[in-house]
Amino acid sequence: MIEAIELQCERGHRRLFDRLSFVVSAGQCLHIAGDNGAGKTSLLRILCGLLRPTSGEVRWQGRPIGKVRDEYGADLVYVGHLNGVKDDLTAAENLRTWAAMAGLSVGAEQVAQALRLLAIERFSRWPAGQLSQGQKRRIGLARLSLAGRAHLWILDEPFNALDRRGVATLNQLIERHVAGGGAVVLTTHQAWEAPVPVVRLDLVAEAGS
Amino acid sequence: MIRALLAVLRRDLLLAMRQRGDVANVLLFFVIVITMFPLGVGPDKDTLRLIAPGIVWVAALLAAILSLGRLFALDYADGTLEQILLSGQPLSLTVLGKIAAHWLMTGAPITALSIMLAMVFDMAVGPGATLVASLLLGTPSLSLIGAVGAALTLGLRGAGVLVTLLVLPLYVPVLICGALAVNASVGGLSPVPWLMILGALSLGATALAPWAIAAALRVSVE
Repeated sequence: MIEAIELQCERGHRRLFDRLSFVVSAGQCLHIAGDNGAGKTSLLRILCGLLRPTSGEVRWQGRPIGKVRDEYGADLVYVGHLNGVKDDLTAAENLRTWAAMAGLSVGAEQVAQALRLLAIERFSRWPAGQLSQGQKRRIGLARLSLAGRAHLWILDEPFNALDRRGVATLNQLIERHVAGGGAVVLTTHQAWEAPVPVVRLDLVAEAGS
Repeated sequence: MIRALLAVLRRDLLLAMRQRGDVANVLLFFVIVITMFPLGVGPDKDTLRLIAPGIVWVAALLAAILSLGRLFALDYADGTLEQILLSGQPLSLTVLGKIAAHWLMTGAPITALSIMLAMVFDMAVGPGATLVASLLLGTPSLSLIGAVGAALTLGLRGAGVLVTLLVLPLYVPVLICGALAVNASVGGLSPVPWLMILGALSLGATALAPWAIAAALRVSVE
């Protein structure tokens, strides 16, 4: 599904990783581990196409992602460090606008269902700015259940700020997605009891350059 | 594709409704800048009538610049810009939705306010109407050109000053045509050629700016 070829990334004269190649196919889960500053987030941003690698390329369905940006974007859900949640909009409005901007047609019932799944339906009429960090995270993650047709999930530290039940819910979502033939790439620095078999990729911060 | 454009437009208008102060501040700035001139130049009616179109146009440029800082910065800070970039929709179209919302919140009310300002400066009906028409046709280019500058300076330190230095020179053709249209009308000539140039500038910017903005955003988000 997605293929990284000889990726190299330098940030501010520091080489984060070099000649990194891997493949993630349908039904697989890739867990990227590594210390702070090892380049986990940079790698995810490269996989999304938000960041250009210093050299190498990322291919989706065999084609470079820069060439098929729109199709790739439609097949991808990215939950980054930032939740992408507007403080002035309610949880439901956030999800509705996100879906509309992504060209998905979702009804009010689907939005309510996504909010129920992540146990934030009680707060769906509150402006997101009044919610806690963990609740905002849940709004960000509720996108995963809305974008039914996206095959690839890229999640940057998705368990951050989540409580135990939130973690369980997310594990469930990942399990269902992988079982349904989707692929997941995620980073986490916490101990994670993966609900599915995972391929683990350890990024090691290189000393010097 | 058009749905994504409308979705962004609706979202930005909704956000503006929730944060009415931000919209009001820009308009208040526009009016206050204009009211400074009679205080500085003196209350002589003929002088004021003569310089009114220039004042209104310069104030419109400054107000447009003032509002640029927030155009992409908020979306950048909360991560919604990343989501827009990865939405799988053509970025140049979604960006056009954002600019349309920006114009509806700055250019359109500025044009509406200028009707009142033309009366305040005791402009005759003809030149006053020309001023309003020139703003109506010219302010879209202010939003479009300004958005290029805002996208280029996104995330940089001192972006506010930088965007001003970058964008103000690009506003010069719009300013000149706007002022000349009104002057032509004052002198009893037809302002239509200048208005047509203003319209052409806006149309040209509509065609070209979204591509530049999309490219600049992709670089800025890195």
